[in-house]
Amino acid sequence: MKIIVNGKAFEVNVSPDMPILLVLRDDLNITGPKYGCGIAQCGACTVHVDGIALRSCQLPIGDLKGEVTTIEGLGTPSSLHVVQEAWIEHQVAQCGYCQSGQIMQAASLLDKTPNPTDEEIEKEMSGNLCRCGTYLRIRAAIKSAAKNLENGE
Amino acid sequence: MGRLGTITRRTFLVGSAAIVGGVAFGLYKMATPHDNPLEDGLDEEAVTFNPWILIDSEKITLITPHADKGQGVTSMQAALLAEELDVEFGQFETSFGQPSAAYWNTAMADEGVPFMATDKSFMAESMRDVMGGVLKLMGLQGTGGSTSTPDSYEKLRIAGAMARETLKLAASKKFKTPVDQLKTRKAAVIFPGGKTLNYTELAADAALISPVQDVELRDPSEWRLIGKPMKRVDIVEKSTGILKYGIDQVQKDMVYATVKVNPRQGGDLKSYDATTAKTMPGVKKILPVTNGVAVIATNTWYAMQAVEEIDFEWGAAPYPAEQKDHWDRISKSFVEEKLDSEWRNDGDVETALRVGKVVTAEYRSPYVAHAPLEPLNAVIRVTDDTVELWSGHQMPRMLQRIVGNVTGHDASQVIFHNLYMGGSFGHRLEMEHLKLVAEIGKQMRGVPVKLTYSREEDFAHDFPRHIAMGRGQGTVQDGKVEAIDLEIAAPSVINSQMGRAGLTIPGPDAQIAAGSWNNPYKLPNYRMRAYRVDELAPVSSWRSVGSAGAGFIFDSFLDELIHEAGADPMVERIRLMGDEVSKAVLETVAEMCSWGQSLPKNKGRGVAFVESFGVPVAEVVEVTNTNDGIKIDKVWIACDVGKIIDPVNFENLVQGGVIFGLGHAMNCEITYSDGMAEQSNYDSFEAMRLSQCPEIFVKGLENGAKVRGIGEPPVPPAAPALANAIFAATGKRLREMPFSKHIDFV
Repeated sequence: MKIIVNGKAFEVNVSPDMPILLVLRDDLNITGPKYGCGIAQCGACTVHVDGIALRSCQLPIGDLKGEVTTIEGLGTPSSLHVVQEAWIEHQVAQCGYCQSGQIMQAASLLDKTPNPTDEEIEKEMSGNLCRCGTYLRIRAAIKSAAKNLENGE
Repeated sequence: MGRLGTITRRTFLVGSAAIVGGVAFGLYKMATPHDNPLEDGLDEEAVTFNPWILIDSEKITLITPHADKGQGVTSMQAALLAEELDVEFGQFETSFGQPSAAYWNTAMADEGVPFMATDKSFMAESMRDVMGGVLKLMGLQGTGGSTSTPDSYEKLRIAGAMARETLKLAASKKFKTPVDQLKTRKAAVIFPGGKTLNYTELAADAALISPVQDVELRDPSEWRLIGKPMKRVDIVEKSTGILKYGIDQVQKDMVYATVKVNPRQGGDLKSYDATTAKTMPGVKKILPVTNGVAVIATNTWYAMQAVEEIDFEWGAAPYPAEQKDHWDRISKSFVEEKLDSEWRNDGDVETALRVGKVVTAEYRSPYVAHAPLEPLNAVIRVTDDTVELWSGHQMPRMLQRIVGNVTGHDASQVIFHNLYMGGSFGHRLEMEHLKLVAEIGKQMRGVPVKLTYSREEDFAHDFPRHIAMGRGQGTVQDGKVEAIDLEIAAPSVINSQMGRAGLTIPGPDAQIAAGSWNNPYKLPNYRMRAYRVDELAPVSSWRSVGSAGAGFIFDSFLDELIHEAGADPMVERIRLMGDEVSKAVLETVAEMCSWGQSLPKNKGRGVAFVESFGVPVAEVVEVTNTNDGIKIDKVWIACDVGKIIDPVNFENLVQGGVIFGLGHAMNCEITYSDGMAEQSNYDSFEAMRLSQCPEIFVKGLENGAKVRGIGEPPVPPAAPALANAIFAATGKRLREMPFSKHIDFV
């Protein structure tokens, strides 16, 4: 089966019902997306498929239509995405395990809604669990990123 | 890390060790804040030696042996070393290092003695010193109990200063310049006239001389790093998805495993039928493990799918099958023969209870799972001579012994690579998943295996926080709280946890009533008795341990009495407070929130104070009683840790602790039915979501005499402050967590 991740095409030999999360992690060694719950309750596995944030633990590779972007494809230390810049500026992460998913969700939110209200942030981000409780910094970082986007960064 | 493994304690006894042209520094003689005569008789080798700083011709590596579960101790340890070493963030790498007795935790003694943190008596201090000596002899390397900062605060600065002075000495000898004319800055020695020489260029010379032992620590006024905002060393990797946790480890030719063990914890496996599972895609092997089965496959998902197709016949749980019977056993344990300790008997409670208005109440604190977002996992490779293990863990030396016992290796043959953890909250103090991966590795000799728990397996085998019940009787008179007679019954978490590690801890378990017996109030009449309930479900240390339950019980009951007396909850707490540092914390939080201002009718505020791990913490919660339920609007928190190392991480940890405390008090519990935990994933164990998160205003004070850690202390006051706020807003008193059993939250 074919899968395009972060602009690169891969051929994998797995069951069509395997969730792309485990294809990415165990077959392609792309480990930014995390396994947290397996039932779309935590959001740690969030990736973009054609720009839309999805829970990769719920998406079988056989049903995949579109290109996958993971946190590794969003930005890198030498070329950060505006959301990642804000995450670093606000030092959001504690354990950091949920943050790949949080960042992917936030990037998707800002893509659709460049200047989100508090309510829009809450609605979009409440499916992403953070056990360390970094929610206040997540909120602040999203607002910073939105501001930086507005200023044309 | 291989090179560090070659540094032996003995090498250091004769000076700094030459390591392929580099030099490692450490402490030969540990300076302690208190002179402890008992330490004099100890074998010198037991005290030392521990390398924290490694410099070679290419780079500076700072060893940060305290495990990082997200609390940011890697940066904290590095900052303490870098402060005196005169290196800047960005000029060094960090490493968790190899497990070593040299990294024994000097601060765990404070929590291991039955004295209040505010007790500075000769007896209390002597016992802390004795306990410190025992831990030193055991070489107990561990992270927990909010001890990383107190353990590191002085020790790592000394280590940094020793290295700096030795590098200066080496430069002095080589270039015939008096040491007192040399300065250091940004990882370089500066000569008179401005010429500089990098530490890396001096490493080989420094390796040839004995490390300078007598160093003087700088005055805090000279600090460049400590107390100022820092950029965490892991923040870029954690914001770009490239940090490799235990679950992300890959070894060549590795196979993937998962397990299913009797969900009735400790119950046996009668039989199983894996006929279907064996034929499923990707499945390589099905192996027996203690009380369960492991599936080995080419992908974690195949293993998890296959294990679900195995039919199991499980044995019974070694504890009551139904939750109500757990409560029943606790309820029946308030009897003389179960008395674990009468911790307090101040004044004359019996007499005081006969005067004034009597109030009685009963409280419950449930089992709660740790459920860190990264499920339990480990990678292992067992060969004839060695066991190599990759995982994130809080007790690196203890696990070497336990894993070696399973595989038939000596602890010294177990090479452990500690890793950043995706949370722990106490979960990664436990050893059962490592015993299982060792059993698997032993059967797969030579082949690297990654074991990953499913979230459901993780919940089923999460040794939760212990349940507790509290019964209070108290009196009020003339608008004041006069007497409290409080009893708390709970199973011993220390007994349960240490028992699994093969250790027995004598004496009473201070955690049964932590947060109650050790509070620094000076009530005219206060009796506090703790009862030890026979073991129920196996339990473990959960962020803040006993204080989360017993702190809720004490503070809630105090609040009830204060309301009964008609007093102001803040004013009366301050009046009753017997410790000045704690009183300042209460006064500060009152000022932060303008306590006493009038609020709209549907709003209410509650205050709570709990001291844990030596940190007094006061929190005020403000809620609105909406048509859809309780909405938590704001939280103000003041606490005192003696010294804040990094104000950014401090604020983040405190806010996270408040959210952790509130979220679990709102809606989390583990209950047992048919001997199994009924909650198996985050849909039934949600805690707080972003939409529910209040504004949280933090103030850290620095009046305390000792430097303390802040990982746990913000948790305990959150639940009682919330319950007290809900009472203020609704008139409804919540005496049982989770509160969602009794009231709705927005």
